[in-house]
Amino acid sequence: MNSKSFDAVIVGAGIVGAACADEFARRGLRVAVVDRDVVGSGATAAGMGHIVAMDDSEAQFALTRYSQRLWQALRPELPPDVEYEQCGTIWVAADEQEMAEVRRKHEYYGRLGVPTTVLDAQVLQRLEPNLREGMTGGLLVPEDAVLYPPCAARFLMERAQKLGAQVQLGASVAQIGQARVRLSDGIEIAGEIIVNATGAWAAELTNGIQIKKRKGHLVITDRYPGFLRHQLVELGYLKSAHSVSNDSVAFNVQPRRTGQILIGSSRQYGAEHKEVDHDILRRMLLRAQEYMPALGPMSAVRTWTGFRAATRDRLPLIGPWPEDKSLFLATGHEGLGITTSLATARILVDGIMGATAEIPIEPYLPSRAGEEHVHA
Amino acid sequence: MNSDSQQRFDVLVIGGGPAGMAAAALAAESGSRVGMVDDNASAGGQIWRRALNGVETVEAARWSERLRSANVTTSFGKRVFDQPETGVLLAEGDDDLCELRYQNLVVATGARERFLPFPGWTLPNVMGAGGLQAMVKSGLPIRGKRVVVAGTGPLLLAVAAYLRKQGAEIRIICEQASWIRLAGFGASLWKHPAKVSQGLQLRKELASVPYATNSWPLAAHGGQRLESVTISRNGKTEVIPCDFLACGFHLVPNVELPLLLGCQISGGYVQVDDLQQTSIKGIFCAGEPTGIGGVELALVEGQIAGLAAAGESKRARSLFGERRKTQHFARLLDRTFRLRPELKDLSSAETIVCRCEDVPCSRLREHKSWRAAKLYTRCGMGPCQGRICGPATQFLFEWNPDSVRPPVLPARVESLASLAKSN
Repeated sequence: MNSKSFDAVIVGAGIVGAACADEFARRGLRVAVVDRDVVGSGATAAGMGHIVAMDDSEAQFALTRYSQRLWQALRPELPPDVEYEQCGTIWVAADEQEMAEVRRKHEYYGRLGVPTTVLDAQVLQRLEPNLREGMTGGLLVPEDAVLYPPCAARFLMERAQKLGAQVQLGASVAQIGQARVRLSDGIEIAGEIIVNATGAWAAELTNGIQIKKRKGHLVITDRYPGFLRHQLVELGYLKSAHSVSNDSVAFNVQPRRTGQILIGSSRQYGAEHKEVDHDILRRMLLRAQEYMPALGPMSAVRTWTGFRAATRDRLPLIGPWPEDKSLFLATGHEGLGITTSLATARILVDGIMGATAEIPIEPYLPSRAGEEHVHA
Repeated sequence: MNSDSQQRFDVLVIGGGPAGMAAAALAAESGSRVGMVDDNASAGGQIWRRALNGVETVEAARWSERLRSANVTTSFGKRVFDQPETGVLLAEGDDDLCELRYQNLVVATGARERFLPFPGWTLPNVMGAGGLQAMVKSGLPIRGKRVVVAGTGPLLLAVAAYLRKQGAEIRIICEQASWIRLAGFGASLWKHPAKVSQGLQLRKELASVPYATNSWPLAAHGGQRLESVTISRNGKTEVIPCDFLACGFHLVPNVELPLLLGCQISGGYVQVDDLQQTSIKGIFCAGEPTGIGGVELALVEGQIAGLAAAGESKRARSLFGERRKTQHFARLLDRTFRLRPELKDLSSAETIVCRCEDVPCSRLREHKSWRAAKLYTRCGMGPCQGRICGPATQFLFEWNPDSVRPPVLPARVESLASLAKSN
């Protein structure tokens, strides 16, 4: 990378940074990206790659759904290694209380134009015969999809590079702000706009961001083609994903194109080391077997962990950082970074270019109420 | 987990090859409560693998007997896949799971063959040299079959001699090392009379078999199965019709378990002190993981580790002299059978490098690190966990392997779910 000045310098080459690079470049800006590792190597590599419309809040639904539509539009251009597969999600209800949630979701999604189908116990069993018998039912969201995140990030980054984006990998960043990025080796890169897209590490570069690392575990099996057809998530997932303090696990399994099955999920605060935590792994797999006993004898080939960037109100931080005119944030996506990367880039650049975004951007602004930053 | 699947040992030995057998026998003879676990059906490891009706070598028989009379609790057909907490290992059998608790541990996980990709290496009947030997020992008919043995290392001669004894027609042995290196190796062997007599014995058994140095496989050909092999023989190309290609490029130590345990590794080998203790107190390592050195070194290292783990360090020290002698041989092996750079160019663009995930060489060449290759191509992410393509890409592209996570071998979901916290 030469020392010339850029319109925008993005720190972080995860899927959010890659999407931002792509968006800036497509709008004609001169953009540079810096990352200490390779493209898509942090939470992007660790995540499931579930492209999902989520209704935790109206703002979350708006962002996930908008982004899901952007993925659908991009689909014809995605290379095969991105493995985009519109397998749909089934939210599994284990009891009548969760079935009531199925009906509420069905109504809510329908009102906002997202097709869903309520499944009774028999239809659910027919669609996913390896689920334990005795489930109450479920909600099928057919437009949800899965993809392989590292290759998706790489695709976006390469597209940006074709439009002139300069990417410097293996470069650790010491400091950002005041229209520059200073690398650990002392080299400075100037940019009118600096974007902090470093996920769970964002607070290390920008003092006062309220982001916590939320650790997750995943397990992948050997190949069992046909065993699983949809991404299956227990409705109790919401309870676990909402819990902001305690460690939690939920049944969340995904069919990969290879026939492998990805088994999740777990959420932990305060765990800073990336080693596998045996207790949480055990709980996660026991939960998975409660829903799908046939997973038990399957061969697990790998386990790994990753860190989600969690905010207090469970919405990402997208937009200008009030403390520094040159600094913008694109982080705090928790478990939805793959889904919302494209919309994040779109509304961030809309805001910077003075264009009107397709969805209201206020809920994600770092200056929003409830996300007041702490002076360092 | 029920209680009969939990066992406690003063000394637990992982691996039942020569190093593990020696460690277990000596620790038990010292009065310790000793357990030994191996994923094969019986003791002996790769080198002393017993044939269906075969005869063991004198030395193998002697150590087997010593192990039997030493009151060691052996457990075969078990794969150690995780350490959920300090002092506890989990091992999985075909239909059970056991929890092994230890005071001291001896890791004797041996080595595996190194494979290098070349066009056709994934054809049926192209096998590892040791792999083909093991299959013949478990009943694969080889009588009258034409076999090309190729690669590098002393294993090639041993395998060729064994296959020949079983009735195979060995067409040629191709050794990539130069004649000069081998001559140097031979000349240095005077310090190791046992190796010389072994070598002479093998040469006698292989008297009429062509042994070509400076030679290596360029490609294997065939439709459904192997039909012929093109070799580079002293700079000339030759096509040799055959039924099997037994091909191994020396050995790679199995260091995945020590890595998981947190033992310090340097230059690919587990670092140990005089008493074979690793960087972690109470965890010892013996045999090939500390450096490829052959069976004699494995035996003496195993004895030292077993004694030290049983608290008999004084007796262990009495074996230091013997170990020093055999270590010289290990260094000779390293020098003699170093891979030549030409072997990096054997693959064509389409040659599969990662067999689990079907990743061709062309897709790997564009990446700068093992990490990037894994992320974007899934190289090394299949059931073998990179045990085959990892060492190959390390040689081809000088990529460094990354960290190891549980399970170190594929394990059932239900086994991973029943970890620890039981006591």
